[in-house]
Amino acid sequence: MIRLLLAGTFFFAWMSASTDAAEVNIGYLRRTDPKSTLSLIQTPANNDGIAGARLAIDDDNTTGRFLSQQFSLEDVRLAGGADAVAAIIALSERGVSVVIADLPADELLKAADAATPRKILFFNVSASDDRLREEDCRANVIHTAPTRSMLADALAQYLVWKQWRRWLLVVGSHAEDGLYGDALRRSAKRFGARIVQDRVFEDTGGARRTDSGVVQIQRQLPIFTQGAPPYDVLVAADESEVFASYLPYRTWDPRPVAGSAGLVPTSWDGSHDQWGAVQLQDRFMKQFSRRMTARDMQAWTAVRMIGDSASRTRSTDPIVMLDFLKGPDFALAAFKGQRLTLRDWNLQLRQPILLSDGRMIVSVSPQEGFLHQVSELDTLGIDRPESQCRLNSR
Amino acid sequence: MTGKTSIGRPLRRRRPHFASTRDCLLGLGVFVLIGGQASAFTAYVSNEKSNTISVIDTNKFTVAKTIKVGQRPRGIELTKDGKFILVAVGDDDTIQVIDIRTHEIVATLPSGPDPELFTQDQTGKILYVANENDNTVTIIDLERRVPLGEVQVGVEPEGMGLSPDGKVLVATSETTNMAHFIDTETRRIVANVLVDARPRFAEFKRDASEVWVSSEIGGTVSIIDPVKHEVKKKITFDIPGLRKEAIQAVGISITRDGKTGFVALGPANRIAVINAATHEVQKYLLVGQRVWHMAFTPDEKYLLTTNGVSNDVSIIDVANLKVTKTIQVGELPWGIAISQQ
Repeated sequence: MIRLLLAGTFFFAWMSASTDAAEVNIGYLRRTDPKSTLSLIQTPANNDGIAGARLAIDDDNTTGRFLSQQFSLEDVRLAGGADAVAAIIALSERGVSVVIADLPADELLKAADAATPRKILFFNVSASDDRLREEDCRANVIHTAPTRSMLADALAQYLVWKQWRRWLLVVGSHAEDGLYGDALRRSAKRFGARIVQDRVFEDTGGARRTDSGVVQIQRQLPIFTQGAPPYDVLVAADESEVFASYLPYRTWDPRPVAGSAGLVPTSWDGSHDQWGAVQLQDRFMKQFSRRMTARDMQAWTAVRMIGDSASRTRSTDPIVMLDFLKGPDFALAAFKGQRLTLRDWNLQLRQPILLSDGRMIVSVSPQEGFLHQVSELDTLGIDRPESQCRLNSR
Repeated sequence: MTGKTSIGRPLRRRRPHFASTRDCLLGLGVFVLIGGQASAFTAYVSNEKSNTISVIDTNKFTVAKTIKVGQRPRGIELTKDGKFILVAVGDDDTIQVIDIRTHEIVATLPSGPDPELFTQDQTGKILYVANENDNTVTIIDLERRVPLGEVQVGVEPEGMGLSPDGKVLVATSETTNMAHFIDTETRRIVANVLVDARPRFAEFKRDASEVWVSSEIGGTVSIIDPVKHEVKKKITFDIPGLRKEAIQAVGISITRDGKTGFVALGPANRIAVINAATHEVQKYLLVGQRVWHMAFTPDEKYLLTTNGVSNDVSIIDVANLKVTKTIQVGELPWGIAISQQ
């Protein structure tokens, strides 16, 4: 019955698409609370994320021009206590059926659940929480952002390949730092690294920039990292931007730093230039006069997925799009050297992860030799057999 | 843009004039005198990383010479008169013209920004260039070396295939995932055919019955009916022991008789041999790593492939469908063209 209904929708949508120009209006829902970072050059731009979506809208419209399909973007900013659910209802009333969610996990879940009866398809472009793809997964939320476990696995594979198997793990005191720390511990176990010691860096508050400068930091960090058992690499989990960026060149023992500073796993970096990425980087730079970030890329990817599914199915119906994206015919070219596809069990985008030192791409994971029976990309993150997501039984 | 100044400057700096008719006649004479065995052709391989062209003697299958060119050489072809090599040097935003007798760069063409692949019409008078960064196809008058116009296509145009009668140009755009059919007379797009992800190369059969378009990320070759503008068949590749992501279709060569097609499969390190009538894969030939493009010797006895990651060229015996030799070339070989001489 469902199949019949789906086929029916498909047919209708196809009919309407082939008769006159079809329009897809995409909502972009984001929090605009300022985020402070230790490094000034990493402070996100005001249009971080949505700039990537805008570029992809242009790319979609170039294809759409030839197929009588048009794509547009509506920017919805949530500041302070503004409610994501109310914003979703308003978007739905304006006929928006596809939403890019640039929101924290809890807000995303509230919005997605409010949207379920309204048949809105979501693309999570920023929340890296594994639970959104596991126990809290939703049938109407596609994830283009990699999970913490994917990022941690990508880093771990490289460190193990490099034979840096003894890790000194330093985890921040905030909840999200703890989650990243957990992901790193899981990766270490999975790929044969050993955490020689697990330390917590307490956030005691205070300003990130001071007139007195880095004098104290230079004294504090060596002491903090003193007395560790022999280790090869310091791995830091600091999503809250409290300490990790202070670590390189300041550890007691001369050791490289990875994780939240030093060698960082990411979905994108402004320095990535392989596999034709220069074209995308150039287009982005030309339009926005800055480098493209991971969040920009995750949003670009989501909007390209929307464009690709619309052009291939000749439909603008989110149900038809989702069905196509989950299926075997979907393969996205996203300048990562191989096709990106969806994990149909939890709607997470499979993707290679770049390892960046902030200036250059050091390596791209999965690393050679980490094999998998379905896709080597599934060596990154929680795999199907371990997954707690049960979309099909919903 | 004034085409004259843009091509005039490098021209004067290098050489007072493109080879005159008399020079060419003299050149021909020299070749007639010293030309030995008929099977001795010359292959020119563009090395993307080392910014050189490796010159291969196909009699001995050795590198005879290395020519220094501009930055990031990729697309490479011989002019129809066989006198010059054209090589797209993307990072220099131009196409360099190299005299095959002297191996000197004698001119540059106003190719538009970041040229990658290009094709000539049968007369050798007009050149069509894909400008990846600009979403355009630039049309150049090869004799006067001036731009004649441009056609707006999809995002990141790359593959360029011209119909045997020169009336239809097929340009593929990598991010738009389309093969654009362009009427070369009106310079307008007459049809757009959606193909699989990241189409990189387009090749017409000599009888104009089909256009083959390879999709790198999709890992397929679409066989398009150039009259109906429809994909009539899609070739997929299934190699035991290789994951799907590693199979990335790039370069295509089809024999003159239209019976056999060869498709380079990139990081799968193989060339697929295809029965061009039934479109079935007959065989996979193991070549070097990350195979990009290929070219036949003019007698079609051999097919030479460029293997990007292993820095070599594989020689395929076309009649026996066997890889017979590997030649080391420069760093990251990409394109290849073979001359009669």
